[in-house]
Amino acid sequence: MDAEEQKLPLSQNPEWADVTPIPQDDGPNPVVPIAYKPEFIETMDYFRAVYKANEFSPRALQLTLQAILLNPGNYTVWHFRRLILDALGIDLNEELEFMSGISENNPKNYQIWHHRRWIAEKLGTDVASKELDFTKEMLFLDAKNYHAWSYRQWVLQTLGGWENELNYCHQLLEEDVFNNSAWNQRYFVVTGSPLLGGLEAMRESEVKYTVEAILRSPENESPWRYLRGLYKNDPKSWISDPQVSSVCLKVLSAKANHVFALSTLLDLLSHGFQANQEFKDAVDSLRPSNSDPPDSDLAKAICSILRHVDPMRVNYWTWRKNKLPLSV
Amino acid sequence: MNGAYWGLTTLDLLGKLDALDSNEVIQWIMKCQHESGGFAGNIGHDPHLLYTLSAVQVLALFDKLNVLDADKVANYISGLQNEDGSFSGDEWGEVDSRFSYLAICCLSILHRLDKMNVEKAVNYIASCKNVDGGFGCTPGGESHAGQIFCCVGALAITGSLHHVDKDLLGWWLCERQVKSGGLNGRPEKLPDVCYSWWVLSSLIMIDRVHWINKDKLVKFILNCQDTENGGISDRPEDAVDVFHTYFGVAGLSLLEYPGLKAIDPAHALPVDVVNRIFFQK
Repeated sequence: MDAEEQKLPLSQNPEWADVTPIPQDDGPNPVVPIAYKPEFIETMDYFRAVYKANEFSPRALQLTLQAILLNPGNYTVWHFRRLILDALGIDLNEELEFMSGISENNPKNYQIWHHRRWIAEKLGTDVASKELDFTKEMLFLDAKNYHAWSYRQWVLQTLGGWENELNYCHQLLEEDVFNNSAWNQRYFVVTGSPLLGGLEAMRESEVKYTVEAILRSPENESPWRYLRGLYKNDPKSWISDPQVSSVCLKVLSAKANHVFALSTLLDLLSHGFQANQEFKDAVDSLRPSNSDPPDSDLAKAICSILRHVDPMRVNYWTWRKNKLPLSV
Repeated sequence: MNGAYWGLTTLDLLGKLDALDSNEVIQWIMKCQHESGGFAGNIGHDPHLLYTLSAVQVLALFDKLNVLDADKVANYISGLQNEDGSFSGDEWGEVDSRFSYLAICCLSILHRLDKMNVEKAVNYIASCKNVDGGFGCTPGGESHAGQIFCCVGALAITGSLHHVDKDLLGWWLCERQVKSGGLNGRPEKLPDVCYSWWVLSSLIMIDRVHWINKDKLVKFILNCQDTENGGISDRPEDAVDVFHTYFGVAGLSLLEYPGLKAIDPAHALPVDVVNRIFFQK
């Protein structure tokens, strides 16, 4: 097929003369008729014909491409394309190239990611690094693209390529330490990588890393939650590790952006952490001047301050306060 | 099909469902049913769980579930359950905790939950739980308010909310409220009206909705309204669409805004419709 022929409408193209297009059946009284463009109608009419006839041919493959470019969300077209690719034994590396081309314009399209997964699964471990590079490109455009992250996790688990993943998370967090997706991926790597030895083996270095990130931006919700996650199923170590309580103290002493430091200290206290005078002084110095008389109980004092500095969630902090045991 | 569900449920919440000819809608829906029992997005397309739930929900709105062969639809859905308890969205599709919700909600409306392996389905959803209390699309996936709604909704319908750490998740969800009063879906993302539904419904299902500032959220949603032509957008000054209009109205309904019918946070249908389904009221 030359370029001239390709431009012809299908109905005038001799290559398609043997096919009778099948129009869409909307019923006699369509409730929500859609104003399709003529090119879309024609392409889909011919698609229905080849789909119905199970025509696995190069021209049908070309037609699915046209249909996909008109509407990349049509999962039936994608499915049929996979059947044709299988039947014709097309080199899937080429298909992967083609996919990269259309992904950039459709970064959140479920079908495109799913199709890519189908190809990569067939090509196997050889394409692991290629696929990790591809998601890297997509994450360069949008570092929080949920589809790209989901796909990247699948590639790591199915095809491997864990070697540089922790480093990649670090790189993304250097670019934006508020990127919750990167923190989540870091947890995924630390708990799931076959090369790192698991959460407990990684805890010490990860705590150090996280504490540094917190001290740079104490208002950042993600590393605080990550820090807690590093002690999953091990609250005893969490309470007794001086690195956890001391990062709270450092942030409190700096007297700015201390909501998460206060809430973490509150959690520690609720789990049995014994605070010394230094903590009490640091909390006391944050007490708003116009507030009620000081609470003798440290946990209650923290709740009172949080009610003041985080008014959006005043009901939550009141609930936390009421939940505290009568006297600690 | 999803558009029909969003539009018609919004109309019902506003008490205006009779604005459309129900027979025409039902005829069209039944033409979208595939021989497998599942429903497609439109006539002649292929079936998917997304459209199957929307179709069943719309039939429920019109009190026309009796036109369905419930066993046939249920067989289609239970056939999409995988060995590990998860669900695929269609016969060749991917796995996602969203699909677990679609399957469970739909089978619940059809009184056919016994057709699937509920225990395995619940265990799969529990495996998508993260250390922040939220849920992701697959085990290890980042917590996201939309996925949380699906997982909490599925657990609520199957009586399995003990898998949820309510206090931890409740705090994560109320942290989603930003200064403007709107809610975002993940930390450091922009607020969007659709999260009024995903976050609020989840908070209601775990009894923690009083932890957010309701007045500020109502103001945020109302600020997203196109006061000249109607409809609601994702955030103030943007163009309106039926998707965000539904989520805005449904969010206001959850906030008990005057003049709106109450909506059920798990089945995403008006409470009177849910009562009709489960209590023949």
